[in-house]
Amino acid sequence: MRPLPELTDENHAFWTGGERGELMIAFCKDCAAAIHPPQLVCPRCLGESVTPRPVTGTGAVYTFTVNHQPWHPDMAVPFALAVVDIDGAPGVRVTAQVIDADPEAVRIGQRMEIAFEQSDDVWLPLWRPSR
Amino acid sequence: MKAAITGTGLSDLGRNTGRPAMAHLAQAARRALAAAGLDRNDIDGICTYPGKTDGSPGQSPLGTGEVRAALGLQTRWHCAVPDGPSQMAPIMVAAMAVLTGQARHVLCFRALTESSSQSAGRRASIPGAGSARIGGWLSWLVPNNAMSASNWAGWMATRYCHEFGLTREHLGMVAVGQRAFALQNPAAVMRKPLGMDEYLAARMISSPLCLFDCDVPIDGASVIIVSAPDAARDRTRAPLWIEAMGAALRGPETWDQRADLTTMGAHDAAADMWLRTDFKPADLDVLALYDGFSIFVPLWLEAVGLCGHGEAKDLIAAGAIGPGGRYPVNTGGGQLSAGRLHGFGLIHEACIQLWGEGGNRQVDGARLAACGTGGGFIAGSMLLLRD
Repeated sequence: MRPLPELTDENHAFWTGGERGELMIAFCKDCAAAIHPPQLVCPRCLGESVTPRPVTGTGAVYTFTVNHQPWHPDMAVPFALAVVDIDGAPGVRVTAQVIDADPEAVRIGQRMEIAFEQSDDVWLPLWRPSR
Repeated sequence: MKAAITGTGLSDLGRNTGRPAMAHLAQAARRALAAAGLDRNDIDGICTYPGKTDGSPGQSPLGTGEVRAALGLQTRWHCAVPDGPSQMAPIMVAAMAVLTGQARHVLCFRALTESSSQSAGRRASIPGAGSARIGGWLSWLVPNNAMSASNWAGWMATRYCHEFGLTREHLGMVAVGQRAFALQNPAAVMRKPLGMDEYLAARMISSPLCLFDCDVPIDGASVIIVSAPDAARDRTRAPLWIEAMGAALRGPETWDQRADLTTMGAHDAAADMWLRTDFKPADLDVLALYDGFSIFVPLWLEAVGLCGHGEAKDLIAAGAIGPGGRYPVNTGGGQLSAGRLHGFGLIHEACIQLWGEGGNRQVDGARLAACGTGGGFIAGSMLLLRD
């Protein structure tokens, strides 16, 4: 029911890195900027040497919401959706569906780590509180 | 030299009206033409947001082509703006079209049948519903189960509450105050009084936003006619001059990458608008601020410059934006209570106020209005002035 992302040259590494358990973030080789959503050109230096590389797959909650509304009939609610500041990629945040946690217990600043769930040719990132 | 709004019209708004979008559109167009004292043969331009879309049922069932055909328009300028500075983009484009001589009277429209679509069991307002793959900025949200704009707005609300101490009661004051306005607006969809207790007891949609923090999907249409300066005079009503517009965007086109999620594109757009006028925020008489979710209202208040960052809650708590307040916001009830016309309804109400036709909800002597539409990275801002 949930639509999967269209895979492109830009986003392929992000959505498939989970096959190896890796969170792949795009970096500029010339100026080291972290770029998200990934793109082929560095918005800071306009270089074209942008390549994905793995980061630790950990981060901290910048903000969150608890979704209570089933937006389609087979959506189990409630669940928490966080926005996570990614370690090792300054300025990059990702949307994070939170698992293995009481949704009402999620807090700003809470440490999170990534897990992956495969769906077709996409490895969807999920996030759980760091152990 | 300024462009002007010369006429506006709304269809009979409702929930689950069962009436086709074109019936709403034609009714709104007739009313706007009558308000301006124009004949449809005077209309030589047409603009809309976003254009016909099929992906989200009822969200935008009509494009310029169908409306040109239905109304028998012969145009010199036509344009749909899916990617511009918010839902008011067609009005901005129309202003530029009349000021560069492309047309003299541009019919701008927005038509929705989201309420009927929902009742028919189709998922209106859920982007990408029914499609296997999704691209663009939505692809970073929807596959992660962040399917609804209420989730994205919920993120901003959580962060704002965390940083500045805004509470659910503050958001409740926005919703309750706009409902009080709606009770004075015969065209509003929600006409039952709303109190704080009922607000606080409502079911949560996406925390901290509850049912009454979300605008109301409806069926309806709005038409706003933008005219060239020389063509705007000697109409039925006073021209409402587009004194200034702002469309700046200094962050990425995503809902979660903006460096400070307690601000929005609104802040960039409104700041740019003020660079193009001698008026100041304190000169405002009435405001039309996007309320797809209640949290957008405090953010827009700060964007427009009525208070500092983090101070909107004090303005709200002081009663400044509700009935009788110094800076009344969304005097027709807004999208929270009058129904969602994606900003067009809010601008319509600002025009009604500037023409002095607000009946029991009229703001005395209203002459200068600020209109701000959009949430997240989507934003456009304009000042309307009656001579």
